[in-house]
Amino acid sequence: METLFAVLVGILFSAAIYLMLSKQSVRVLLGIALLGNAVNLLLFTSGRLTREVPPIIAARLDVLPGNTANPLPQALILTAIVISFSFFAFLLVLTYRAFQELGTDNTDEMRLAEPKNEPLPPTGY
Amino acid sequence: MITLFCLLLPFLAAVVASPLTRKFGHNAAWFLALAPACSFLYFASHLPEIANGEVVTGGYAWVPSLNLSFSWFIDGLSLTFALLITGIGTLIVLYAGGYMKGHPQQGRFFAFILLFMGSMLGVVVSDSFLMLFVYWELTSITSFLLIGFDHTREAARRSALQALVITGGGGLLLLAGLLFLWNISGITQLSLLIHGGDLVRESPFYLAALLLILGGCFTKSAQFPFHAWLPNAMEAPTPVSAYLHSATMVKAGVYLLLRLNPVLGQTPAWEILLPFFGGITLIVGTFLSLRQTDLKLMLAYTTMASLGLLVMLTGFDTQHAISAAVLYLVAHSLFKGALFMVAGIVDHEAGTRDVTRLGGLRSAMPITFGAALLAALSMGGLPLFFGFLAKEEIYYALAGGNLRAMLFTAVAVIGNALMFAIAFAVALKPFLGKPVKTPKHAHEGPVLLWLGPVVLAGLGLFAGLFSSTAHRFISSPMASAIEDKPVQVTMSTVPHLGMPLLLSIITVALGALVFWRLAQARVLMSRFIDALGPGPDRAFDAFIAGLVKFSSAVTRIVQPGRMDVYVTATFVLVAVTLLVPPIVYGELPALPAWPVDVMLHEWVFLAIAAIGVVAVLTASNRLTAIVALGIQGFAVAVLFLLFGAPDLSFTQFMVETLSVVILALVMTRLRLMPSDHRPVLQKLGDGAVAVACGLGFMLLLLKATQGTFNNSLTEFFNAYSKVIAHGANVVNVIIVDFRGTDTLGEIAVVMITGLAILALIRIRTGSTTLKPRDNDPDAPEGEGA
Repeated sequence: METLFAVLVGILFSAAIYLMLSKQSVRVLLGIALLGNAVNLLLFTSGRLTREVPPIIAARLDVLPGNTANPLPQALILTAIVISFSFFAFLLVLTYRAFQELGTDNTDEMRLAEPKNEPLPPTGY
Repeated sequence: MITLFCLLLPFLAAVVASPLTRKFGHNAAWFLALAPACSFLYFASHLPEIANGEVVTGGYAWVPSLNLSFSWFIDGLSLTFALLITGIGTLIVLYAGGYMKGHPQQGRFFAFILLFMGSMLGVVVSDSFLMLFVYWELTSITSFLLIGFDHTREAARRSALQALVITGGGGLLLLAGLLFLWNISGITQLSLLIHGGDLVRESPFYLAALLLILGGCFTKSAQFPFHAWLPNAMEAPTPVSAYLHSATMVKAGVYLLLRLNPVLGQTPAWEILLPFFGGITLIVGTFLSLRQTDLKLMLAYTTMASLGLLVMLTGFDTQHAISAAVLYLVAHSLFKGALFMVAGIVDHEAGTRDVTRLGGLRSAMPITFGAALLAALSMGGLPLFFGFLAKEEIYYALAGGNLRAMLFTAVAVIGNALMFAIAFAVALKPFLGKPVKTPKHAHEGPVLLWLGPVVLAGLGLFAGLFSSTAHRFISSPMASAIEDKPVQVTMSTVPHLGMPLLLSIITVALGALVFWRLAQARVLMSRFIDALGPGPDRAFDAFIAGLVKFSSAVTRIVQPGRMDVYVTATFVLVAVTLLVPPIVYGELPALPAWPVDVMLHEWVFLAIAAIGVVAVLTASNRLTAIVALGIQGFAVAVLFLLFGAPDLSFTQFMVETLSVVILALVMTRLRLMPSDHRPVLQKLGDGAVAVACGLGFMLLLLKATQGTFNNSLTEFFNAYSKVIAHGANVVNVIIVDFRGTDTLGEIAVVMITGLAILALIRIRTGSTTLKPRDNDPDAPEGEGA
């Protein structure tokens, strides 16, 4: 089972990185959204997979029975999902505003901070 | 304990310097001078025991496992330096009180001077290498601050930077040299190393260590060709020039050479390199000095020459040469400090320090004139003065029958003669002759100003008159420490007939001749030096400009300003990191067996997720892309549900829904290119990087899942989440209880992101969105603000 998940994680990473290598900011954004899922699945799988039984302790027990899912990666991923969502939302708005202000979604043309043919820094004192 | 306190006292005084100056103005100098004065008295109390050949040691362990300690040891050499630093330091603080009177940042100046004092004191009493290096670099830094004190002038900034680059760079060489010594001998303390000289001299790394340490010493002590920073440092206020750049800091290099004489000396390399560079520096310094008309620059170049003389004597390495170096070092600190302060007083009271625009000040400034005269007599090496003893001993040490001795004797005679001329040019020209109209109406300075030069110049006379006492407590212990065996310095002021006296007479005659014909000599020297072309000073400018151009070119390659280049570089590195180590170390995962226990619905959702991903890649319009993104997101959510993670699943559903909705809303306003516009070649390249990364992560995950699984953390949470934290849902307990702070941080991140988004949406910048009404004061507040 883990093998199949590993293949899916590989596909997700490849697709995410391919999109992020683009110069169009919207594609980069889609890539980042995919990257979040890729990382979450990576974490999930490395905590080993268990079918269907969630890590919830029954009322009559004090600890989980042996065959439940691993709660630790789930807790980590839960945090990660929320953070990556807020990150995604921020980037989305940033892209949108950059498009409004600069009139382009091509990262090559966004050169306010590092302009082409920047003059030499002062060589005096 | 008291020693430690005395070492820290200048630093403590530096802390209170600013508040005290704010309260008492320039009179704060009287309080602040107490700090070095107390240290001076404490060190002076050790004079008798040091004279008897004892040493004072102490310290604290710092990193015992590395044999590093904060430790000091005081022998004749350290003590003399400590007395010079604290004694002249006391006078300089007082002098600065008068000189910088009314300056809005006098407190800062006091603080810097005292910081320097503490650092310099640390250099000369340090026992451990590390402490020596730290203090050594501290003196470079404080010197930088003091030279650049008047930071609004470009010349001061340039000089400060130059001094820092040269002396700080030399400090790094010194560090490397000290590490060599440490490696060779296994000793980290100077006091122990002194007795282990043979070990160092016989090592194959001796020459490397020697060259590196000389690099540190020569830059600090302004030896040719690293001298350019010293005359430029005259941009600093005069108290700094008198203290750092004549009496103390520039002698740090000489100090270290003297200190390491028992370790590195007595070898051909030592006895060739030191006299050679010292001799050149002596001649170059005096020649350059001759062409100057600025009092401070004249003195600065003679300081450089004197340092050259000291290095030359150290390299001669005979007992008399060391004694001569000792005598000259002390004499120089006294007379040069005094003359610098005199130059400062003249500048302060008459408004100029150009020697051609000064004259006849003797009646207006009699005390200053007296101090100048006494100091010049000592610098010129005339009988009764301490400088005379030094010069006699120099000639006694150098004079000899062979060619080498004759050559260096000639160098010393020429150097001393020119210094004689400069000494009297500085001490006599401004004061004698007809009164010249000066920018300010000249009169005698206040006591704060003339106290320093009078005391120092007077000491030069007293030390000469009572030379046996001076030798017993200062010269002999210092020479003994340098030679690492008992040495008696006996030179007295009574002239003896012989070769040294003859050489002295030649020196004085030659010096007097140059003094008499000073104007002609100056013109001649200017022509000669100009004919030689630009010196190391210009080379420094070219070096700095070249460095800026080079680093800017490198920056342009490393940071071309194109995001795709940065991202590509990042992911290439990721792929290399993931793929290369497993292949090199043979840690690739085993080929997994075909999964047999997968149920149909699991296959279906895995396939949907994969198809969704591919659809995002190949989407030909934005709606398809968004929908495909949603599909893979929901498929992942279902996978979470199937594998026992309902909490994840719900969150994922919610987040994916929100993402798709917001994305759809925003993207309708954006222009998504219908397809990828990358050229085919770039698509292939990017694709290769992406596939390599994906493969890397897949292999990593396979390898991780094939290994043994350590679930001790899971066991911990499982065991305690109901018993202690009273929650049945272990995931929730981890989030809100065991890792509650983490969750708090997460919430904070979400909140901050929300605020940032709000700000991004509301703030409008740039001319395209600036509507006229934004500038209308009558417009209602609110929207778009």
